Amino acid sequence: MIVRRLVRVLDSRLRLSSPVRKALAKVFPDHWTFMFGEIALYSFVVLVLTGVYLALFFEASTADRVYHGAYQPLDGKSTSAAYASTVALSFDVRAGLLIRQAHHWAALIFIGAIVLHLARIFFTGAFRKPREVNWLVGVTMLTLALLNGFTGYSMPDDLLSGTGLRIAYSVVESIPLLGDWLAFLAFGGEFPADQTVPRMFVAHVFLVPALLAGLIALHMLILVRQKHSQFPAAGRGEHNVVGSRLWPSYTLRTLSLFAAVSAAMVALGGLFQINPVWIYGPYDPATVSSPAQPDWYVAWEEGALRLFPAADFHVFGHLVPSPFFPGVVLGGLTFLALYAWPFLEAWVTRERAPHQLLDRPRDHPARLGIGVAALVFYSLLVAAASDDVIARTFHLPITGLVWTFRVLVLVAPIAAGLLGYFLASALRSGSAGGFGELTRADLRRGVARRTAEREEVPEQPIRGRIEVWQEFGLVWRWRYLEPGEHLVLTCNSDYPGEQEATAAARAAYPGVSIGPGRPPPGLELPAAPVTRLPRPLTRTLLFAAWVVVVRLLRRSGAR
Amino acid sequence: VSGRDQRHVRRAERAIACAFMLSALGGVGFAVVYGLGGQTQLEGTALGLAFGGLAAGLGIWARRLLPTGGYVEEHPGFGSPELASDALADRLTELDQPWRRAILVRLLGLTVGTVGVALLFPLRSLLTSGLAGPTHALRHTPWRAGGLRLVDAGGRPVRADEVTPGTVLTVYPEGHLGAGDAPAFVVRLDPARFALRPPARGVAGIVAYSLLCTHAGCPVGLYEQGTGQMFCPCHQSVFDLLAGGRPISGPAGRPLPGLPITVDSSGYLRATGDFSSPPGAGFWSRP
Repeated sequence: MIVRRLVRVLDSRLRLSSPVRKALAKVFPDHWTFMFGEIALYSFVVLVLTGVYLALFFEASTADRVYHGAYQPLDGKSTSAAYASTVALSFDVRAGLLIRQAHHWAALIFIGAIVLHLARIFFTGAFRKPREVNWLVGVTMLTLALLNGFTGYSMPDDLLSGTGLRIAYSVVESIPLLGDWLAFLAFGGEFPADQTVPRMFVAHVFLVPALLAGLIALHMLILVRQKHSQFPAAGRGEHNVVGSRLWPSYTLRTLSLFAAVSAAMVALGGLFQINPVWIYGPYDPATVSSPAQPDWYVAWEEGALRLFPAADFHVFGHLVPSPFFPGVVLGGLTFLALYAWPFLEAWVTRERAPHQLLDRPRDHPARLGIGVAALVFYSLLVAAASDDVIARTFHLPITGLVWTFRVLVLVAPIAAGLLGYFLASALRSGSAGGFGELTRADLRRGVARRTAEREEVPEQPIRGRIEVWQEFGLVWRWRYLEPGEHLVLTCNSDYPGEQEATAAARAAYPGVSIGPGRPPPGLELPAAPVTRLPRPLTRTLLFAAWVVVVRLLRRSGAR
Repeated sequence: VSGRDQRHVRRAERAIACAFMLSALGGVGFAVVYGLGGQTQLEGTALGLAFGGLAAGLGIWARRLLPTGGYVEEHPGFGSPELASDALADRLTELDQPWRRAILVRLLGLTVGTVGVALLFPLRSLLTSGLAGPTHALRHTPWRAGGLRLVDAGGRPVRADEVTPGTVLTVYPEGHLGAGDAPAFVVRLDPARFALRPPARGVAGIVAYSLLCTHAGCPVGLYEQGTGQMFCPCHQSVFDLLAGGRPISGPAGRPLPGLPITVDSSGYLRATGDFSSPPGAGFWSRP
């Protein structure tokens, strides 16, 4: 009843019913890999909420400040305001530590979900025309997320992150020609500069989140406009989207995911310590902790810095220091390759048709091989960022370990990429359903056919028929049925006339025969709206309450 | 609807109700823990339970009581017909239609570009180093003043006889404890073992070097007494103090800059000038 009244109130002012009805009927494909992007989205929401809370207590300044509070070892000592306020919000603000740790865990999961989402898009070819635009938006969001992760991690001005910040400063400084100017421009002077923390604060809480929010909106607008891609299956084609409707199935499912993401973050934040800056101590340019590892998403850069050999050289009497190559060139090439990939692949395969159906990863062995090689390469770099920990744990000489990693980083990606390529070719050319079912003959055929042109994956033959019917003498609907009614797909919305319904059905399933049908069983006529009066007991109670209120008011007025 | 289905639905409803109750319990638990003074682990558990119960309840509701899949939406294809695209392009270029106005359109572009570039100029204010630019700041450290005493982290001047064999002492220029490029270390080494002379003058077997790794500027904190090697914990560069601070392993490419020192009449260590080369990570204009 309330809903009906509310809808009428809004509709009579904003004329919402038609667009909202269309939006609620939007179809979402049912596949678990489509969740990664949602996890990233909900992580962002958690990050904004927890971040706003933290910003109320954090003091972005390196001015000296004496800490007085519950953390005894620091009590009465003078540190930077950024460090002191971080310790204070962890120990002296009630629930502050929970929120701070949840924020940090959320950041790690946010970027992890983005990377998984990116991998899914990559391996299934979802970036192909017309979705290159959204790929570009997505890669931009990944760079911004990395930047915001690093600035957030560095702001508390503790020893561990300060060391990382100094390394980042050195990497910027290493850029030929402009490096020292850029470093001074960004960090506000020679490291450590007083300006660095306030600048990171502005970027971290204002600039980058605003950009991210805008890009997320754009990402989703484009997604709605282009509609979802889907995996090939019976009844699915280039001209339709099959799945669940936004309301109610999908809404409940996605809200459940939101709650699950929040649950994971607060549970991690409450139970698992992360970034205990009070153990690391405040930043001091002459001190360093060992071992020192950054957050996982910058570890690939750190690993590259560790593995890349000394390669300083001079150009016309000017120095190009070796951090330039692992720090700037590798990072630049990584994102350049990501941005360029959709266009590169279209150019190489001469494949420029729009795609609604996704590839299975095996359908495109070369892409799979390159993706696997890249994943192995960056994973090895992440592992190399912990080479000191590995050496200490397994009592290995660090020099030998570094050399092992250097060889592995060059050889293993190629080996893994080739293996992925041949396995995918074998899967594609044989009848095996998965890796476990591959036979020797499949493998041989896969290797032999590696030079064969990529065949077009045949679209699932459409064997069904379409029924159109009128419902309740009002609206028209249609549905797609496969023989034996094993698969019944109902249209997601209703149409004012038979013509419109038929046109929509023809658009979704070109060439499929359309005939009249009966309304499917189980449909009930909607009950006529009944104005429900409160029950007698409720009415009596309300009346009594009213009498009491009136009498009380009168009495207080009499005084 | 068969009896089995009804039982199925009833069981799902019970599970959802249980999950929501747990969720509410978690919420109340969180409020109680907070009210009693707060305890991070309990707060996390309670709030995790609150959100977890909500997730479970909504998830079961969506999975068991609502249909999954079964709907299809037509996808009218990507992009409009070419005629429509062209019509839009024509409409957008109408400003340019009369031929003689092309020059105005170009001027407009020039103006917008100029104003855009002009608006970038205030970014220059982010450079706080003044007009001298970064080169001066990067090349010189407070030691340049000359005659500064070497002090420890507490600001206490270091005497030559305090530097015993086997110890590495981090030192700073007196009055410049916070300077990021000035930290150095002193170490006593037997000059007879030098394969290469140190880059800067030592005194009585004591040599001083910049503490900052020449790779990425981390402090090279770990000293191995027997071999006279300094180890950087960030990227595992190793510097040989017996060979003029040369890098012998890891990603560092340049030797540690030396600090020229002397002993004054009261026995304190003093620096006679700046490092033998700019300390820390490399940069383009580094000599």
